[in-house]
Amino acid sequence: MGSNNSTLSKIPNVDELMQETGFTPAHIVRLYDRFKALDKDQKGHLSPQDFGSIKELAMNPIGDRIIGAFFSPGQEAVDFHSFVRILAHFRPLDKNRPRDPNTPEPINSRTSKLRFAFQLYDQDKDGKISRAELLQVLRTMLEMQVTEEQLESIADRTIQEADLDGDSAISFDEFRKSLEKVNIDHKMSIRFLR
Amino acid sequence: MEDSWDAILTFVKIWFSAIVGLIMLPAMFGASLGITEVYMKALVKILEWATLRLQRGRGEQQILKASLSNGIIQRDDGSMEKELGELRRSRPKPQEGGDFTLSDVFYFNRKGIESIVEDEVTQRFTSEELASWNLLTRTNNNFHYISLRLTILWGLGVVIRYCFLAPLRITLASIGLSWLVIGTSVVGLLPNSRAKNWLSELVHLMCYRICARGLSATIHYHNKENRPKNGGICVANHTSPIDIVILANDGCYAMVGQVHGGLMGVIQRSMVKSCPHIWFERSEMKDRHLVTQRLKDHVADKTKLPILIFPEGTCINNTSVMMFKKGSFEIGGTIYPVAIKYDPQFGDAFWNSAKYNMVSYLLRMMTSWAIVCNVWYLPPMSQEEGEDAVQFANRVKSAIAHQGGLVDLSWDGGLKRAKVKETYKEQQQKMYSSMVVGDDSSD
Repeated sequence: MGSNNSTLSKIPNVDELMQETGFTPAHIVRLYDRFKALDKDQKGHLSPQDFGSIKELAMNPIGDRIIGAFFSPGQEAVDFHSFVRILAHFRPLDKNRPRDPNTPEPINSRTSKLRFAFQLYDQDKDGKISRAELLQVLRTMLEMQVTEEQLESIADRTIQEADLDGDSAISFDEFRKSLEKVNIDHKMSIRFLR
Repeated sequence: MEDSWDAILTFVKIWFSAIVGLIMLPAMFGASLGITEVYMKALVKILEWATLRLQRGRGEQQILKASLSNGIIQRDDGSMEKELGELRRSRPKPQEGGDFTLSDVFYFNRKGIESIVEDEVTQRFTSEELASWNLLTRTNNNFHYISLRLTILWGLGVVIRYCFLAPLRITLASIGLSWLVIGTSVVGLLPNSRAKNWLSELVHLMCYRICARGLSATIHYHNKENRPKNGGICVANHTSPIDIVILANDGCYAMVGQVHGGLMGVIQRSMVKSCPHIWFERSEMKDRHLVTQRLKDHVADKTKLPILIFPEGTCINNTSVMMFKKGSFEIGGTIYPVAIKYDPQFGDAFWNSAKYNMVSYLLRMMTSWAIVCNVWYLPPMSQEEGEDAVQFANRVKSAIAHQGGLVDLSWDGGLKRAKVKETYKEQQQKMYSSMVVGDDSSD
């Protein structure tokens, strides 16, 4: 009757992982089972192809970008710890977190979630979403359904609306400001049922 | 020494006569002594008690409504329009230039992450999880130690299942299979006549009934008036090889399948002696015309038994019905749909062929509490005017899913091994583009 415990003991540094990410032991076990299920060749880590085999992800217009978020630049493997750490961004906000400026920002705070989304746009990680980067995202999301002119006009208008300091690019603060009314916790969280 | 041998021999004799007398003979004639009913009632009571105990043990813990949910994460089933609409509510709609916001990406992002944690297709190829533990080690996922009594009950269950029920069931199954081989070979020696057909049906029925007892299967048949008739095609959703035993307990079918070697091959060869089944060589399977032709010929002959086909082509975990392959629906003839739903509380019937081979799967079956299932015979359907095979297949699939309380999915079961087509992604892009630029987007 302790199949949870036996699985937990297989994961190295699991206590540290739980501290860092805030997942409960039951959730860690589920994510571990999922990790093992995705790792079809049992390499001990996931490659981009393993993610690519998820059908719903393959048909998602920004599927490739999401997959890219799991891998550090130049890397082709993500281990279980990194896997869980990325998914921890999507844990629902902890309502009772004390506002202590000395503790580091938890991994699932509103700011961290926004930063994750920001990095989906900002592929070269220079801290700004340039017009070219925005066009790229629009292109992957809309591909052959719209003309180049339509894409450009959409991109220009979006930058115009959000750009506050007039540098024709969207910085993280401008990004955050333009989304301040959106319920981030609801839209960027995954809730485990059990 | 002599005494102990005598004792063992007497024991074995008593054991066998008990099995034959109490279980096999009644089973062969379709009667029941009521032993199984008593067992099942006791089992239900015990499991109810265990469930209450577990719920008490968990105490104040927040349990979200998850009685029959198949997922481990909460999903918003809103459409793309609804979700994006909610995201965009925070700003006024622009005059021209299309309607795009930076927050649109949140919707796709969340869908993507959700699918990384759990996706619709892979989910269907693992066993369904129970809302409450049924005292089998194999279904224990989230349940920790609660009380001593529960542990004792579980231990008792292990002893009963492995030391008493399993040998009993294995004996029954072997008797059933040997009787099938011997009986059909004997019947095969007779010349073709009505008597031969009648005898062959009798032999088949008896063997499947013994095999069903060998699994402690309790089957409830509904709407027996819709049972498949000669010259028809019976289609059903596929969960495990046991489906055949379940269906054949109540009627005789002509089986369709590949020729195997070994024990299966022996059974196949003897079965075909007494009544015509359709076995294909591996090489013949590739030739679709040949396959369709043989099936057509069989269906055209009204004296032959109805064919049994599982159009999904692979075993699914009995929570959903996946795409039906159109081949079975191109043969013509009346289709008799059948829905099979297993009750997972007593034993999980799903064969995860990636995880278990046939022998370990059968052993798992024989060490479960029981196999309980419902079989619904649906009214016969035929292809309508102007309906092509794919639409017909989908119509039958929906009827089966609706009756069995299963989720109707249009994913291909074969996708568990293959890649997704580009067209799916394009569909998503199209839907999104109509929200961004409106419906007059250029192609």
